Amino acid sequence: MAAELLRVDGLDVRLGDRDILRSVSFAIPPSSLLAILGPNGSGKSTLLRTLLGLVMPRRGTMILDGLPIGQAPAGAVGYVPQIKSLDRAFPARAIELVASAYLGRWPGVLRPPEREEAMEALARVGAAHLADRSIGVLSGGELQRIYLARSIARRPRLILLDEPETGVDAAGSADLHALLDGCRGENGSAVVLVTHDWEAAMYHATHVLLLRNSMVSFGDASHAFTEEAVRSAFGHTGHAHGRFAPHRHGHD
Amino acid sequence: MIELLTFPFMQRALAGGLLVGAMASYFGVFVVQRRMSFLGAGLSHAAFGGIALGLLLSLEPLVVAVPFTLGVAMAINWVRRHTRLAGDTAVGVFFAVAVALGLVFLSLRRQMSTDAFAYLFGSILAVSPADLVIATAMGAVTLATTPRLWGRWAYASFDAESARADRLPVDRDDTLLFALLAVTIVISVKVVGIVLMAAFLVIPAATARLLVPTFVTMTRVAVAIGMLTAVAGLLVSYLADVPSGATIVLVQAVVFLAAALVDGRRR
Repeated sequence: MAAELLRVDGLDVRLGDRDILRSVSFAIPPSSLLAILGPNGSGKSTLLRTLLGLVMPRRGTMILDGLPIGQAPAGAVGYVPQIKSLDRAFPARAIELVASAYLGRWPGVLRPPEREEAMEALARVGAAHLADRSIGVLSGGELQRIYLARSIARRPRLILLDEPETGVDAAGSADLHALLDGCRGENGSAVVLVTHDWEAAMYHATHVLLLRNSMVSFGDASHAFTEEAVRSAFGHTGHAHGRFAPHRHGHD
Repeated sequence: MIELLTFPFMQRALAGGLLVGAMASYFGVFVVQRRMSFLGAGLSHAAFGGIALGLLLSLEPLVVAVPFTLGVAMAINWVRRHTRLAGDTAVGVFFAVAVALGLVFLSLRRQMSTDAFAYLFGSILAVSPADLVIATAMGAVTLATTPRLWGRWAYASFDAESARADRLPVDRDDTLLFALLAVTIVISVKVVGIVLMAAFLVIPAATARLLVPTFVTMTRVAVAIGMLTAVAGLLVSYLADVPSGATIVLVQAVVFLAAALVDGRRR
């Protein structure tokens, strides 16, 4: 197993006339969880979108498992978008959402082997009972679980999550982290999540990247999450007074 | 009633109605789920500009209207993708320009434009053998592309970003969807008329959405409703001697209302 699963080197991203990311470099090993934190407009979501191939960088490299991330096999990168931004009015059942991930298109009538594969992914996140529910009636936490099933259906090396705490209650968020911890342990997948939830980041993350368009700090959670780094990223310690010192809490 | 079917104009109208009813409803499900109803109105009015130009040049109107409307669809798609304007703003601009051009072309023609009314409101008598050939060809193209494109368009309709992340060529697929939608709208205009074309696209899909829980069944039910209401509307329009477009849309509205009541009771 490679010591590094994901390496990002000298990443510059410009959108319009604004430099969104400047010289971002970091590397994480298999089974790690990287939390990306920073104020609004700091480039967190852009970094995620660049890793997904939705934004083209001006400069820099992104290597996943020894290959440029754009050449990684289909399914090597799983993605859980922000639940609140999804179109709940779309006529879809949970199982179709999962099947679309490995079919690479929206499913028509699911054939038995397609259904079986999707059910297996749903069972892995404890959501088999939701398979035939319409996505319009699922709670935020349930939908997030479906998306996680979708993202792990192809056994990805890297799972990306965009603000997983948004639109999901605390219990749902704790469930999600338990499932992510399972994926990391089982498959050696690394998880990268953009978050505003400092507590969850401190509790679950093995690595933290503080971002303010350029990197403020990066390292394992206990070293990157210093008061100085937080002040530099946010200008103040904001709502996290007293939380920058690494400590474990009863999150779940 | 049976003898009606022996009239060649009626046979053409029914065949045309079935074809455009199926195609418009098929593309209509994407229009509805992508919230692009205004695009349907915009492209049918763009067709008016092309038809008027065809009449002015004394050419077969559809021969001019198809490339004209295709051009407008591509221009709307370009503005939507490459400027900071929203898609509906782009539609609003091109819609007005095409109608203005159409009015100028018709006035330059300096003769009564009674045939233009058939295009505005639809006419059962208007479907020519040439129209049927074009509609059949378009139907064949739609059928041929369905296995490959339906699932990709549906995926991008649900979440374009995830589809892009899964490396689907979303922009190229959208361009093709716009193009096929534009051609479908132009060839439907003879039966439905420009004024009601947007409703013809949207109502069967909206009705199906009320009745079924999945996108694949929504597509099938919408196509069935589109075909049945087109035929029923054409027959009623002949018997009552009223414009075919209005009659078809009213029949669709009755079905929609029934579906809304069924959906309301289920909740």
